[in-house]
Amino acid sequence: MQMTKNVTLARAEALPDHAPIKINAMGINVFYGEKQALFDVSIACPDRAVTALIGPSGCGKSTFLRCINRMNDTIVGCRVDGRIEIDNEDVNLKSLDPVVLRSRVGMVFQKPNPFPKSIFDNVAYGPKIHGFASSKSELEGIVEHSLKKAGLWGEVADRLHQPGTGLSGGQQQRLVIARAIAVNPEVILMDEPCSALDPIATAKIEELMDELREQYCIVIVTHSMAQAARVSQRTAFFHLGRLVEAGTTEAIFTNPTDPRTQDYITGRSG
Amino acid sequence: MSEHIVKSYEDELTQLAAEVARMGGLAEAQVASAVDAVARRDVALSEAVVGRDERLDLLEIDIEKRCIRLIALRQPMANDLRRTLAAIKIAGNLERCGDLAKSIAKRALVLTETEPVTPLTRSIERMGKLVADRLREVLDAYTTSDLSRATAVWQRDQEVDEHYNSLFRELLTYMMGDPRTITPCAHLLFVAKNLERIGDHATNIAEIIHYEITGETIAAPRPKGAAI
Ligand SMILES: Nc1ncnc2c1ncn2[C@@H]1O[C@H](COP(=O)(O)OP(=O)(O)OP(=O)(O)O)[C@@H](O)[C@H]1O
Ligand SMILES: [Mg+2]
Repeated sequence: MQMTKNVTLARAEALPDHAPIKINAMGINVFYGEKQALFDVSIACPDRAVTALIGPSGCGKSTFLRCINRMNDTIVGCRVDGRIEIDNEDVNLKSLDPVVLRSRVGMVFQKPNPFPKSIFDNVAYGPKIHGFASSKSELEGIVEHSLKKAGLWGEVADRLHQPGTGLSGGQQQRLVIARAIAVNPEVILMDEPCSALDPIATAKIEELMDELREQYCIVIVTHSMAQAARVSQRTAFFHLGRLVEAGTTEAIFTNPTDPRTQDYITGRSG
Repeated sequence: MSEHIVKSYEDELTQLAAEVARMGGLAEAQVASAVDAVARRDVALSEAVVGRDERLDLLEIDIEKRCIRLIALRQPMANDLRRTLAAIKIAGNLERCGDLAKSIAKRALVLTETEPVTPLTRSIERMGKLVADRLREVLDAYTTSDLSRATAVWQRDQEVDEHYNSLFRELLTYMMGDPRTITPCAHLLFVAKNLERIGDHATNIAEIIHYEITGETIAAPRPKGAAI
């Protein structure tokens, strides 16, 4: 008979990284002029999964997201150091055309931003400029397919030639997603895509993310802890420009390691 | 730990823990009184224990309601989520302890109508003290969030089992030696079994506290005495 037994602990977390790494960021530092916004951020985002970036306002989530498709290049005074790879390929290579990169890495913003064009043209625009369609019927096929994937087809099929700006906020956001999908991207970045939407429109976007992740690598910035918990498989917590902790969403929301993460997700002032 | 930014949320979590502690105090008192009632052959005390059990049932319902409200309205995360789930689970275990205490008190009533078997009653009393202590220890660990105390209770689970096993043998010896003691001894055997189960609930609570504090379950099998 044993009198004492050592208490051994079970770690519930096992990384569900069956999918290969799609985005690999290593030692990213970002400066806006003199001011440093990101400090030595290294993070890997798996393919065919949603990675959520969370953290207090101003911690650098959007800045990080913009590194992935080199949107920071367009900001005067912004300098990015470090290396970001998509499929092991450096996105900052001089030889890589940012326009081509951005067709591989689609982006959806907080406020839906359809072009002031018809629904059809909003979706057809990208494939046209990238020369993806050789005929009108092929283009129509891409538009229909993209709108279907974005879960919007049923609602707009009979008014494709009306302005995209005439749709509701939630519909516009799905239109923007259809526009991103139309150029056949590999990565979709979303910066607070639901913050202007009601719960039903939000649920539709979340359901869409769940479907899209079977095919794409999705990175989403969200201020809703519940949304991060619902839609993502991995979560990364940023604080004051640094990556504090990244792990499976389940581990982050049931048992975070860092007290700063704990304080943030539970609504405590750290 | 730092406080919640939303004060009312912080208050609700604090009150929930206080309610569980209150329920724990009551459950512990019920167990101690039930054992006293057996030891002292006290009819009034037995009846009081039976009568008070309903309070535990109501407290459990109240705690459950608070937890459901918290989950629905506050969406607790991380340690808050674990705290909430721990409260509901501990309340469930305490409610069972209450039922077992009530059942001991009912046996105490029946026992007052049989011949006293004094040495055995003393053994039951010792076991009862041990179990009540165990329950008190684990509830203290809960209110102070003391992991080492909770783990200590968990590691000592088998002491209660050993007590039960030796009582079982003692009772058998008595019954075989003098068949007139069979009736009281059979009742005492049930009392002992109930105490052993209360000990198990204390161990369950220790495991819940471990999860609440660390976010991890105790993976090792419980240290167990030989089964009967
Ligand atoms: N164009 C810019 N010029 C100068 N500073 C900037 C610029 N964009 C962001 N910053 C600064 O960089 C830091 C990180 O900002 P960023 O927008 O990445 O934060 P965020 O985490 O996305 O915040 P929010 O949750 O409020 O969107 C902030 O201090 C911000 O003021
Ligand atoms: Mg932002």
